[in-house]
Parts: sequence; C-alpha cells; structure tokens
Amino acid sequence: MRRLGLLALRRLAQSLPVLAIIMVGLFLLLQLAPGDTVDALMAQMGGGSAEDAARLRAAYGLDAGVAVQLGRYLLRLVSLDLGQSAIYGKPVATVIAERLAVTALFMSAALAFAFSAGLVLGVLAARRVNGWPDTLISTLGLVFYAIPSFWLGLMLIVLFSVHLGWLPPGGFESVGAGLTGFARVLDIASHLVLPTLSLALIFLAIYLRLMRASMLEVMNLDFVRTARAKGLPEGKVLWRHVLRNALLPMVTFVGLQFSTMLGGSVVVESVFSLPGLGRLAFESVVQRDLNTLLGIVLVSAVLVILVNFVVDLLYARLDPRIGGAA
Amino acid sequence: MSPAVRAYLRSPAGMIGLLLLLAVLGAALSAGWLFPRDPLSLAGRPLQWPGQNPRLPLGTDNLGRDIASFIFHGARVSLLIGLAASAVAVGIGVLVGAVAGFYGGWVDDLLMRITEAFQTVPNFILLLVLVAVFGSELSVITVAIGLVGWTAPCRLVRAEFLSLRNREFVLAARGLGMRDARLILGEVLPNALPPVIVYASVVMAVAILLESALAFLGLSDPNIASWGNMIGAGRSVLRAEWYVSAIPGLAILVTVLAFSLVGQGLNDALNPRMQVAA
Repeated sequence: MRRLGLLALRRLAQSLPVLAIIMVGLFLLLQLAPGDTVDALMAQMGGGSAEDAARLRAAYGLDAGVAVQLGRYLLRLVSLDLGQSAIYGKPVATVIAERLAVTALFMSAALAFAFSAGLVLGVLAARRVNGWPDTLISTLGLVFYAIPSFWLGLMLIVLFSVHLGWLPPGGFESVGAGLTGFARVLDIASHLVLPTLSLALIFLAIYLRLMRASMLEVMNLDFVRTARAKGLPEGKVLWRHVLRNALLPMVTFVGLQFSTMLGGSVVVESVFSLPGLGRLAFESVVQRDLNTLLGIVLVSAVLVILVNFVVDLLYARLDPRIGGAA
Repeated sequence: MSPAVRAYLRSPAGMIGLLLLLAVLGAALSAGWLFPRDPLSLAGRPLQWPGQNPRLPLGTDNLGRDIASFIFHGARVSLLIGLAASAVAVGIGVLVGAVAGFYGGWVDDLLMRITEAFQTVPNFILLLVLVAVFGSELSVITVAIGLVGWTAPCRLVRAEFLSLRNREFVLAARGLGMRDARLILGEVLPNALPPVIVYASVVMAVAILLESALAFLGLSDPNIASWGNMIGAGRSVLRAEWYVSAIPGLAILVTVLAFSLVGQGLNDALNPRMQVAA
C-alpha cells in the first residue's frame, strides 16, 4: 500500500506545473481577447465617458501591470473563484457545478461501452487472426473511426426516434412526467442510449484495434507458450494469461483518450440537447461568455488530470512492476 | 520501384485508401469545371429529393442549394483546411519535438510540460476558446486546428531525436564541428521523419473531423462550402428530409476513411513493426 501512496503523491506533484501552465495560458488568452470586463459593462450600460471607464478599470484592478493582474488571476483561480457568468448572472463555478453530473454520467456510460465492446471485439478478432471474423471486425473498426459523431447522432435520431419511435430524440429526462425511483432511472437511461452510441463509436474503434494488437503481442510471449506446453486448455490460456496482460495498454489508453472524449461531448451534447458541460461550452461561445468558457477549460483540465491519476493507480495495482524505485 | 512503394502497393488497406483519396481529389479538382456556379447560391426549389430533378442529381437542401455542387466544392474546402492545418500541426510538432529531444535537460522538461498542458485541455474545447477569442475566419480556423493537433507529432519527433542524438553519425558530425542547427536539420531530422509522415495522415483525418464539427455547430466560416455546414443546416428538416444531412456526412466518412487507410498502408510499407494506435 505504501508503494501506491508514494506513487500517488509523485503523480499529483507532477501535474501541478501542468495546471499552472494552463492557468497562465488562460490569462494570456483573456489578455488577447478583444475588449475586457469594463468594455462589456460599458456596452451593457449603453456607453459612457472615458473617465467612467478609467474609474471602473481602477475599481476592477485592470489598471495594474500585467504581472500584478496575472498574480491576482491565479490567486482567484486557486481559490476556485472562476468569476461571474455573463449570461446566467451567477458565479461560473455554480453554473459549471450544475452541469457536471450530467456530463459525468454521460462520459462514464460512453467510456464503459467503448471499453467493454472494444475489448470483446478485439479478443474475438485476435482469436482468429486473418480469418473472416477478424477481417470483418477490423474493417468495421476502420469505418467506425471515420464516422463523425454528430452525423451518427443525427442518423440515429432519424432511425430510432423518427421512424421506429423507440427512443427519445434528445434531452436528459422526460420533463414534467413526474417520474421517481426506478422509473426515472429507466427514463434517463433511455435518453442516454443514442448519445452514448454516437460518442463511443470512434473510441470503440480505437480500443478494438489496440486490444487486438495487444492480444497478438502477448500471445507470442514465452509465458504463454509455457502455459500451453503444460497442457492448459486454450480458453483458460486466453482468459487467465493473455487477456490479463493484454489489458494493461487498454487501461493506459483510457487515460490518454479521456481528454479527447470530453472534447467530443461538446458536439454530441449539442446534438441531443443534453444539459451537460459540453453543451455549456457551446452556449458560452455562441453567447460570447468568455468567463464561463475559460472556467470550463480549467474544470475539464482538472477532470482529465484526476482521471489520469486514477488510471495510473489502477495500472500500478494491475502491474506490480510499476511504482517501485524509479 | 523501391521496396517501400512495392510494400505499399501490396497492402489492400493502402490501395483502397489511395483509390478513395483519388476520388476525393478528383471531386475537388473538377468542382470548378463541373459546377462553375457558386455552391452557396440558390440553384432551384428547396428540398427536392435526390433523383427527382435530373438537373440536380443529389437534390437541393432547405436553402435551395445544389447538394451535388456543394459536395464537390466541399471536397476542396476539406482537403485545403486539412492540408494547411496538418502542416501547421506537424510544423510546430517537429520544431518543439526536435528542440526538446535534441537538447534534453531543462529545455526538454519545460517543453514537455507545455505539451502536456495542451494534451490535458480537451482539444475541441481549446478549439472553441480560440474561435471565441480570435474569430472564425477561414485562416483563424485553420491555424487553430493546427494549434490543437501538434502534440502527438511533437512526441513522436522527440522520441526519435532522443534515440538518435547520441548515435555515431551524429557524434561524428558534431566532432567535425557542425553547429546545432545544421546537426538538427541536416543530420537527425531526415532520419526522424518517416514515422511523422505516417502519422501526418492521421493528423489530416482528425483535422477534417474537427473542421466539420465546428462547421456543424455554425462556428466555422459561414462563407465557405463546408460539409459540416450543410449537415448543420439540414438539422432543421431532419425529420422528413434527412438526406440533406445524410449526404455530406457520407462525404466526410469517405474522406476520413481514405486518410486512415492511406496511413495504414504507409505504416505497413515504412515501419512494418510499428502499430499506429490512432
């Protein structure tokens, strides 16, 4: 356990400079953006004199040097003060917190589906390399990888919502139905099926290719030959020996791909009107709410770092060689 | 024929990809000749189904634009943006990766932390921020897509430089008194490029997908015939006239598939032992 504890501390310490660079980057972007808070305020008030603007700038601390402003900005971010949202009239932190649960649920569903389906298909393909199941699965993987998620979402809506009427075309739950308990869970799940499929398909393709390659690699290792030589049945070799070791690169990839997946949620949440973080990002671009947008950048970066942290710990647990001395 | 070319021609994925790519390229090149009119202009009564009017083989969208013309002109836009954005991404990636890998030490540490920062922020969200701050003209969009995509080529180049910088031929060149810039550009870089060239096709595919997603959300340049743009416009008539969104989506699929397959073919030909894991 001590080994994992040390590893955890070291990983967290490594991510601090990265977070600091992101914060400085956000500040630079704010400086580069045309117009500042005062310009926005003056526009809302219907204009004003140059003296008014100067007074307001002094009141907001915008007359200080860039270095001082950067220092103040970083202090505010560290104390989780992300500023005020222009369109919602609430603190950005509150607006984001309200949207986080939907995105977390959506991301977990997409990740779980892509991972497990990719795993199963990858194993199936690797079992008969170059046989017809392998060719079929590998071809499907290539096609899945090329399908734009938003387009897939629209086509799924046409098929399953408009023509077949099986699943709702959008939203997070049936508003005004007053569902509670298990009925509500089912309702939310039915709303998440199509968005999950749309977002997960590209990642399914990536996982299946990775799983296939990694299974093939492990199958050629010495310990697998030993297991076969001592007479273990093929199924047991595959599940107990090959699969376990082939899973390691998959676990790493969950961390590497999480950031891309979070980015992909912007488009898919917009297609299905899911009230999550991604849709909030889209809305804040359209409404020119830069504070909210930069807040989302920071929160998503923290999320990515946390997921990678968990993945690293998981990896260390699965592979006892990691995390010792180095 | 060099063995690499022969290996490429033997790879079925590579050949299918090459054919698809030639088809897309043909569409892009012939667009101005087959459809001389502005693809954004009114071509006929809106919402004619494909095949309904022989003059408009793929029909019209809800704004009365000729879908076939839009698809052909869109191929130009996609290929141009993809090419330019990949050039930006690979250019930055090679520069940063080469410097980090060649010098190592604190330079490497600093550059790698910056690379990690870019990898940590979801690339589509960073793209939204850049569009929100700098606007959505075509040039801005292209550079922005390049800016969110340079980290993977950078890591590849860095890894190659780390393994090459202490090889004998580099040490010999250094011993001859060659300067760093010449060492990097003339000696190490040519040997580090093959995996980057293979990866460039993946960068192209991702760039085209990113642009189409931006255009779909209405955040790309509205004055160009981008496939994503038409998919977005078709959303409002999705229930009955779903073909308006369906057709340009197929065009994106074919183009991205072409680049993935070409990437796989190049991979089979140039580094048979390496797996391109997207």
